[in-house]
Amino acid sequence: MDPDLKIELGRQGIFTTTLEELYNWGRKSSVWPLTFGLACCAIEMIATTMARYDLARFGAEVFRPSPRQADLMIVAGTVTKKMAPQVVRLYNQMPEPKYVIAMGACAISGGPFKQGYNVLKGIDRYIPVDVHIPGCPPRPEALMDAFITLQKKIEAQSLTGAERPRHLNADAPSEFVVPQYGAHDLEPAKNVKLWNIIYKTAANGPNTTGEDGPEKD
Amino acid sequence: MGRTRRVKMDLKKIKSDIEAAIPGCRVQLVVNGSPSGQHSLLLDREHALEVAKFLRDDPGLHLDYCSNVTGVDWLDTETSEKVKVKQLVEGVEQEVEEVRKTRTPGYLECVYHLYSMEKKHGPLVLRLRTRNRTDQITLPSFTPIWRSAEFQEREIFDLYGIVFEGHPDLRRILMWDEFEDHPMRKDYVEPNDYEYEPTPHDAVLEKSRQARAIEGQG
Repeated sequence: MDPDLKIELGRQGIFTTTLEELYNWGRKSSVWPLTFGLACCAIEMIATTMARYDLARFGAEVFRPSPRQADLMIVAGTVTKKMAPQVVRLYNQMPEPKYVIAMGACAISGGPFKQGYNVLKGIDRYIPVDVHIPGCPPRPEALMDAFITLQKKIEAQSLTGAERPRHLNADAPSEFVVPQYGAHDLEPAKNVKLWNIIYKTAANGPNTTGEDGPEKD
Repeated sequence: MGRTRRVKMDLKKIKSDIEAAIPGCRVQLVVNGSPSGQHSLLLDREHALEVAKFLRDDPGLHLDYCSNVTGVDWLDTETSEKVKVKQLVEGVEQEVEEVRKTRTPGYLECVYHLYSMEKKHGPLVLRLRTRNRTDQITLPSFTPIWRSAEFQEREIFDLYGIVFEGHPDLRRILMWDEFEDHPMRKDYVEPNDYEYEPTPHDAVLEKSRQARAIEGQG
């Protein structure tokens, strides 16, 4: 429907919508995050929900302590290799539709601990991440921006077709492999299937390194 | 340190006190040449527990607080020195310089920092060394003497691989139980998961190359 016509009809007191719009509006306006934090980013996440920043304005004030009732996982903080299986298991226990915000340098890449032996180099090695926020830690504004970005993403999802959200696509994976503790590292060290999806698309982007990117530098 | 009274420990006196109290024990003064001058006492493994008990219970010392326990990994070292040797060269005796190499086996070391709450003195630094870095890596645990050593000794067991005899609960504390390496050892090789590096340089660039080469094969 033509947006101008819709506005004009609205002026005349006629409200028009589509089922898709209504459905996505409902979904995006009540995203319940999972209550958990891993490090200092969690403190910023807590600040975001409190009176000064008030995440409730966007419909996300109900933090659920059970993954069964949560829609959004905010990975706030350093994911150590020892913690990674538990994080993936929590994600697997969440019902669809579910979304992930990777908050802070550690959660998106390992951050200052990237070259250590004990920190996972980004949670997107195991679970699909919708919004990455850089920062150490990101300010509450950054988390709110990520949240609004996620809302825009939900709003734009088409309920039919190949790009439809995972919960409407029976073939789309909802659970991802939980890494096992190995003798030297997590096994597997990354979810190869997921990895290929992320970094194939990343390779086509303008600012990212492709297959032979590092050698060029 | 302003208001706190700090009494410098007289290590020579403590050393002779220990030797007088525990017959047969070998205590060695390890001198720290840096400006901090924090010298320490190296104990032998056999008598270490008795020495610790003495240090805690002696009314003059009363070191009732163990604030810190840490590990050090000393690799095998090879020192070479030039020695002048007399040799017969073409029938004439001459002085010839010869390089002699001595190989000192490495060891794992455990360092304890002791204070006295009552006497307000410290730190007294104790060192314990294992026989080598490979198979004889046991040290006596000081947890029965100072309970605060418990988690720190577990951490050393986890990261350096020193086995503490007499520790009530010797398990890994940071890494998972299935983990086999000791990451703080100097010869530890970390797993190479550098497949994706946005801005690799120097050592990371090299690791990134290696990881990509492995990935290309697999």
